[in-house]
Amino acid sequence: MTVELPTLAPKDFASDQEVRWCPRCGDYSILAQMKKVLPTLGIAKEKFCFVSGIGCSSRFPYYMNTYGLHGIHGRAPAIATGVKLCRPELQVWVITGDGDALSIGGNHFIHAIRRNVDMKIILFNNQIYGLTKGQYSPTSPVGVKTKSTPYGSIDHPANPLSVAIGVEATFVARSVDVDIKHLTMVLERAAHHKGTAFVEVYQDCNVFNSGAFEYATDKEVKGDNIVYLEHGKPLIFGKNRDKGIRVREGNRVEIVQLGGDVKEDDLLFHDEKTPDPSLAFLLSRMRHPEFPEPMGIFRAVERTTYDESVNKQVEDSRKKFGEGDVEKLLNSGDTWFVN
Amino acid sequence: MSMVTAEASASTNGKKLESVETVVVRYCGDSGDGMQIVGNQMTNASAAFGNDVSTLPDFPAEIRAPAGSLFGVSGYQLCFSNRDIFTPGDEVDTLVAMNPAALKTNIADLKRGGTLIVNEDAFDKSGLQKALYEANPLDDDQLMAKFRLHKVPMARLNRDAVEGLGLSPREADRCRNFFALGLTYWLYDRDPKPTEEWIKSKFGKKPEIAEANMRALRAGMNYGFSTEAFTVHYHVPPAKLQPGKYRKITGNEAVAMGLATLAKLSGKMVFFAGYPITPASDILHELSMLKHFGVKTFQAEDEIAAMSAVVGGAFAGELAVTASSGPGICLKGEAMGLGLMTELPMVIINVQRGGPSTGLPTKTEQSDLLLSMFGRNGESPIPIVAASGPGDCFVMIQEAFRIATEFMCPVMFLSDGYIANGAEPWRIPNVEDLPRLKIEHLETFNGDGVLLPYKRNEKLARPWVKPGTKGLEHRIGGLEKADITGNIDYSPKNHQHMVKTRAAKVAGIANYIPEQEVEGPTSGKLLVISWGGTYGAVRTAVQEAQTAGKSVAHTHLKYMNPFPKNLGTILKSYDKVLVPELNNGQLRMLLRDQYLVDAKGYNKIEGKPFLISELVNAIDEILA
Repeated sequence: MTVELPTLAPKDFASDQEVRWCPRCGDYSILAQMKKVLPTLGIAKEKFCFVSGIGCSSRFPYYMNTYGLHGIHGRAPAIATGVKLCRPELQVWVITGDGDALSIGGNHFIHAIRRNVDMKIILFNNQIYGLTKGQYSPTSPVGVKTKSTPYGSIDHPANPLSVAIGVEATFVARSVDVDIKHLTMVLERAAHHKGTAFVEVYQDCNVFNSGAFEYATDKEVKGDNIVYLEHGKPLIFGKNRDKGIRVREGNRVEIVQLGGDVKEDDLLFHDEKTPDPSLAFLLSRMRHPEFPEPMGIFRAVERTTYDESVNKQVEDSRKKFGEGDVEKLLNSGDTWFVN
Repeated sequence: MSMVTAEASASTNGKKLESVETVVVRYCGDSGDGMQIVGNQMTNASAAFGNDVSTLPDFPAEIRAPAGSLFGVSGYQLCFSNRDIFTPGDEVDTLVAMNPAALKTNIADLKRGGTLIVNEDAFDKSGLQKALYEANPLDDDQLMAKFRLHKVPMARLNRDAVEGLGLSPREADRCRNFFALGLTYWLYDRDPKPTEEWIKSKFGKKPEIAEANMRALRAGMNYGFSTEAFTVHYHVPPAKLQPGKYRKITGNEAVAMGLATLAKLSGKMVFFAGYPITPASDILHELSMLKHFGVKTFQAEDEIAAMSAVVGGAFAGELAVTASSGPGICLKGEAMGLGLMTELPMVIINVQRGGPSTGLPTKTEQSDLLLSMFGRNGESPIPIVAASGPGDCFVMIQEAFRIATEFMCPVMFLSDGYIANGAEPWRIPNVEDLPRLKIEHLETFNGDGVLLPYKRNEKLARPWVKPGTKGLEHRIGGLEKADITGNIDYSPKNHQHMVKTRAAKVAGIANYIPEQEVEGPTSGKLLVISWGGTYGAVRTAVQEAQTAGKSVAHTHLKYMNPFPKNLGTILKSYDKVLVPELNNGQLRMLLRDQYLVDAKGYNKIEGKPFLISELVNAIDEILA
């Protein structure tokens, strides 16, 4: 039997709540692309659940007309694990930020990913604490001056993708808030992935950290500063698409000029499906300004999800022991009669 | 050891078999000596025979402390009786000490004239040194004159017994505990059959080890039978318990069985998320074997994650529960607050242990009552129930979920290390008599063409919507809500209204729980009021005082928040109120606050349960 699903439009996913992010915040674009992607998935609206932590990005669920739970700081992946284990039929999305996911929630972030719970984690990385009005975050660069670092930050920043790949995430991707088409494609891919899909989105906080990702968004320079990943294709970038990435000895990468001795075949060909996470990790180490930063799907491999395994053990137990019998349970062990 | 008849009632090998009412035995040795195993076997053998039993396992926090050291001593005390008993006993009748350290740390609890059985072979120079003995205490005539000392060369006798089985000396020595058990089986006329069956099934794959343990057990029994040293042994007739079918149960087992029962009978999934912590971990262990009842277990990365997953599970519409102990409960506070704010049903099990901080992980205490009441930010009342004993955990965990689902709120269930690990005979209930939760999820709009997530019923409970239900998509979270719509609302009047409403909801539970009952006179000179795992000791002490003709009554609380609605009237019906607690006066503080009574405390904070005798003294003193 096939169930006829109503055709949904982006507006069907808008809640009745007024969106309260600052004007021109990067979050608006991510919200808009999300509303565009969800109707394409063939999933009924009531089967979506958005879970978030605390921060500007974490207001996201209030603006989606789906099931939503606005949680506590850093704990969204843990809350979402509970939701998914109890309602496997839901598609669960976690909306988080750089402070929420990597600082206070670092532990839950890595454990959800290593277990491969079937959920999509979208990290809005703006390299700043916005809701608390401008302190540096775990992704802020060294030297940045913020309210809590008047003499410059001395914290070495965390690399979200490297962290995720380090715990063997099955799906890892990166996009930018204003690159609408690319962001839509990445969210769509994440939605279709079975297992934890981790997406880092460069997001501009135009109030406290304006222009942090200009190098990756400005039309004049972004061609030289980012490289788009496409499965099975060589890594070519540059305003004139004349530069490439080549693997050197010792598993390191270098920028090479195309033409002359260097042919396209000499370049690094992207393989998002390779089981070994080393290539994805290598790509995650390419940071601006030394390298162009990769955008797209770093890694997309298949592995049994945690929730599937949990459900399977329940079913296997039922097969092995039969449906639980309270009478038998209470009467198990050594028993005796008193007359 | 109280005697029923002193005359010899039977005789074998020229030895008297005396009948006694109640016996307390304690086995103690190194944490690797298998004392918990033999204690457990003695308990099973006694329970199976029909005695009432009560146990107190006491093990060190270190898993493998250096052999022979004072802090590595592990003990197991049990009391068995032909009467109803409620505690593992004050004084020890028979102490089995496997080494000098065990003797040193336990001898103070052996009563004068009690039987002391020691493994003589362990009292060598090195053993004595490790226990910091300057001289062999067994040679201290003055000390030993107080007891009936039996020096048994257990190591040697045991090795002889298992000879020829091809065991290494180490493997052979590991059977010593069964030799000791055998000796006590003879001493108390126990049937070794259940233990022999247990050995067979436990060591089925290693027949030579099974055989060795059987031989050790038999050798111990035969030693008692044939040596001159033991001239008397004892028989404890079966207790007159309420007729029915019984089994032995610990508090943690009862919690797990209660949850599995709940899942099955209510047709809901029980979702348990936890993080390992002493003394609560056994609940996770037990439940992880009961998946076929519709139980899902999740060992989370930390306590916070466990509690957060429970909030997620509750939002998802299942019976979500976590278990922990003090340090873990502290970590769960914020997520508990989220559960309270989102008004979702869930249960938090707190198996209390000695605190603060890491405190005394393996020892019991009742010191988290105020943490349970107040351990969250903001005005955040949650209902609290407390089990009175191992078997009661089965009842109260289900009651906790009844309250949680009827009133849509997190509920704290208090147990403690003593009842969690202690065992008692439990009359197996009829499945037909067990409660069934009636859970209704909202499936259609409760407003005019809209869902109103915070529209309340007569109990002030909001509806529970299962995500996945068409048309009822909605968002909730930790920000203050407008009543009825559940939309975010920070306005001053609304906040006051919501704080008062959440408090009124919890207070209103008093109308839906049993009224408090009193054992003894309904008015008089003294009311003794207790709660949680001290029930047995306090009840026994009050009964003794009543038998002695004192004007004293006892009431035992299982509902800690809200209190039963007649509690105030009860408290005011007596001249004095005594509150014995294994803490520094936490219930007393709440009673004084809520009822303005001049309640006095009797407070013990030693990581150990109450002795009946000290409570009897406390009652005498307050009445003097």
